[in-house]
Amino acid sequence: MKARVHLMLKTGVLDPQGEAVRHALGAMGFEGVKGVRQGKVIELDLDEAATQADVEEMCEKLLANTVIESYSVEMV
Amino acid sequence: MHAAVVVFPGSNCDRDLAVALKAAGAKVSMVWHKDTALPEGVDIVGIPGGFSYGDYLRCGAIAANSPICREVAAHATRGGYVMGVCNGFQVLTETGLLPGALLRNAGLKYICKTVGLKVATADSDYTSGYSVGAVIDIPIAHHDGNYYADADTIAQLHDEDRIAFTYTDNPNGAQADIAGILSPNRRVLGMMPHPERMADPLHGGTDGVALFRALAGALVTA
Repeated sequence: MKARVHLMLKTGVLDPQGEAVRHALGAMGFEGVKGVRQGKVIELDLDEAATQADVEEMCEKLLANTVIESYSVEMV
Repeated sequence: MHAAVVVFPGSNCDRDLAVALKAAGAKVSMVWHKDTALPEGVDIVGIPGGFSYGDYLRCGAIAANSPICREVAAHATRGGYVMGVCNGFQVLTETGLLPGALLRNAGLKYICKTVGLKVATADSDYTSGYSVGAVIDIPIAHHDGNYYADADTIAQLHDEDRIAFTYTDNPNGAQADIAGILSPNRRVLGMMPHPERMADPLHGGTDGVALFRALAGALVTA
């Protein structure tokens, strides 16, 4: 069983990397990109017994810094 | 004063911090990240700058969950002193001993230069050797030093006089120009600038010395 964890900076937290990507896209001629937010994806290879609650606990304790990041867990 | 300086894989300011503490009169023990106890009688733990665990996942995140950090947290909870510089500040926010987080610098660049710091409070055993409002020159060297906390936390830091240092010319986008903060009991300090790199005339300045001396003075009988 696998889990996929999506991490994004919370709304309101400045994302200077996303902003730099937005600028670059504009400079390359891609018009109409109003905003870019950059996050990360972590894939976990898990025992069959693992539950979504287990992964959420991993997020709370290590994978996400909930001061600045929000996370979502996808069991796949 | 007995100080312990924690060494993680990737720490690179551990010996500088030890030298500065020794110069102020401390006995210094180096502690490895896998150790499960602090030396007997330690008054203050120093978490040094560097790139613990290669900054994997997030700066300081893996270090904050290392065996020794459980002991550092217990030491702080008992009322012990802890100072984290640069990566050490990042570790302290990741452990939750200090509020907020350190984001990527607003300009995206790694910045290594000497900056002006305003002493925002003299009410701590770290800053009592300075006068409030004094400007000192201390180097920064970081990629992720952009202090972030929600508005309520920033207001609380202001209200409780827990901002230790602010930048005179904000280099990294930090909220409220914050360069360093204190815990509620004023015994845990986290700061991005490196006072241990301005602690000897050969460093080009000695503005960091007063911090270590004040600490040694406060902890001499501890």
